Amino acid sequence: MPSSLSSVTPPARCRIQVNRDQPGSLFVALAGHLDELSAPQVINDFVALLNKEKVPQLFLDLAGVEYIDDFGVAVLVGFVTSVSARNGRLRMENIPEGVAEMLDRHRFNDLCQPEITTTKRKRTDSITNLGIFTLGAFSSLRHSLIFLGDTCLSLLRVCSHPRLLRGNDTLLFMKKVGVDALPIVALISFLLGLIMAFMSSVQLAQFGANIYVASLVSLSMTRELGPIMTAILVAGRSGSAFAAEIGTMKISEEVDALFTMGIDPHVFLVMPRLIATVLVMPLLTLFSDLFAILGGLLVGVSMLDLTFNGYIAQTISTLDLFDVFWGFGKAVIFALLISWTGCLRGFQVEGGAAGVGRATTSAVVSSIFLIILSDSLLVVMLRYWEG
Amino acid sequence: MRSDSKHATAKPVIKVRDLVAGYGEEVILKDLNFDVLEGEIFVILGGSGCGKSTLLKHLIGLCPPMAGSITINDLALTDEQNLQRVLRQCGILFQSGALFGSMTLAENVALPLQEYTDLPQTHIDTLVRMKLALVNLAGYEHHLPAEISGGMKKRAGLARAMALNPQILFFDEPSAGLDPISSAELDQLILHLNKTLGTTMIIVTHELDSIYTVADRIIMLDKRAKGIIAAGDPAHLRENSQNSYVRQFFNREPSPHKTGLE
Repeated sequence: MPSSLSSVTPPARCRIQVNRDQPGSLFVALAGHLDELSAPQVINDFVALLNKEKVPQLFLDLAGVEYIDDFGVAVLVGFVTSVSARNGRLRMENIPEGVAEMLDRHRFNDLCQPEITTTKRKRTDSITNLGIFTLGAFSSLRHSLIFLGDTCLSLLRVCSHPRLLRGNDTLLFMKKVGVDALPIVALISFLLGLIMAFMSSVQLAQFGANIYVASLVSLSMTRELGPIMTAILVAGRSGSAFAAEIGTMKISEEVDALFTMGIDPHVFLVMPRLIATVLVMPLLTLFSDLFAILGGLLVGVSMLDLTFNGYIAQTISTLDLFDVFWGFGKAVIFALLISWTGCLRGFQVEGGAAGVGRATTSAVVSSIFLIILSDSLLVVMLRYWEG
Repeated sequence: MRSDSKHATAKPVIKVRDLVAGYGEEVILKDLNFDVLEGEIFVILGGSGCGKSTLLKHLIGLCPPMAGSITINDLALTDEQNLQRVLRQCGILFQSGALFGSMTLAENVALPLQEYTDLPQTHIDTLVRMKLALVNLAGYEHHLPAEISGGMKKRAGLARAMALNPQILFFDEPSAGLDPISSAELDQLILHLNKTLGTTMIIVTHELDSIYTVADRIIMLDKRAKGIIAAGDPAHLRENSQNSYVRQFFNREPSPHKTGLE
């Protein structure tokens, strides 16, 4: 600090002289500038001295100190506490007026009392942590159920009064969730179809059953992998974006502003996202199925000696309309889960930027978990339905 | 001015010469020339949208000048290496305090000390307590920014800005969003720090009460002129300025054509 002693930046020199004449006591004289620049060296020298000399009484002569700033005060506080920690006593002598003024200004004696640390927060035991975690989980579940209820009510309101829905926002989200995601969905599905065809052909070729590659790719993609892959991509792209957008709006009090203007935040923020996602997810799934079949076709025609017409005919004979619509139905359920989770996590944001980050991560992880869980339930349901 | 001859012999620490400031192709301010003297409280004043914050961003190196030069302690800000050295000598208090929300106040203040010094953690802890005590936040070390008021956030931001004992402190609208008492307390804190530490302070504001309390010298920016329309002692300018906008500003008079009171 450009302190009261000098406004000119001092050189970083501070000398330590040690006198051991009196047994049981150590006399240390500091001279020069005790400041930000000299502090690290002075601390190192003093710690080395304390480690070497085990004396109960230490006298610190400050007569030669020409300049001190708050870093120097911190050094002196460190001296006192280090000596105390070793069950010794430190006495400061010949304190120049400027140094005394600086020590008074910073309440030196108070600083020498044991206090907080800036690195470790108060720790709690494991039982308390378990309790905090359990309460947090129940609170989150309660909040989720309330949010689910609000979303259902908002959906009913929008269905009964369609003009409540913000059409332009819905179209914008349809573009963001659907059109903008199409290239990556198409590419990944194409590669997935290609990989499935290639890997299955290795086994099927041993039985001369190459043609069933078409069946495997088309059936697995339309019933299972198409909807799941699309859902995972939409969760990563759009679910996280929903959480981040709404979370940022929440911490900047935009959500509160909506509420105070008499606008239902669920209708305003959740419905356009939810309806847009529900509308475009089946279409994205359809594209995913088509591009995966295209990938399989490429492998079948180029590597398995299948004809184009033969591959397509086998695909058509394998699939029936139920399979395609089953995939669409899944896509709708996944869309509801993704948009609901993304918006829920956004509304749960607390704090600042870190809260938004947590919500974004949580939106993706929760969405993927719910997608896989619901898919498992649907598979079991289908199994019993088909007998 | 708080003291007429306080800085009569002080040397300039910031020199702005023929500065043209703006974003992209858009010129916000042009032909700016002024000095900030060592140890003074220098206020950049003006109405909304006149370019105060733009000028501040240029002074702290966040935006490069479109033309002209800014030197701090004779180091030009246009040089990347100089910029790092200069920023090490400066502290900045942003409008919101800009505290890191995931860190406690103590951790916020400790951050620059941990990054720039080789001090042991125990000494950093002591310094943090001293800095927080300096801004009247002793005892709030473990609080998160979300748990304290706006005025306290500003003071904690000030403690962090002062962590490395900067030679120059920049303030972006320090009174914004504060109640009159908190605002007055912050003004007194600024005066106290300037008096006891001798830190040069550059304050961007349009709060007249603060200006009269703290300013040694001001410059006033205008949107239409895209530059400085008045410079000097605020009390003198209020009484004697020939510029009608300056008089209107200091007398808090609304523009008739905007209020329909013509």
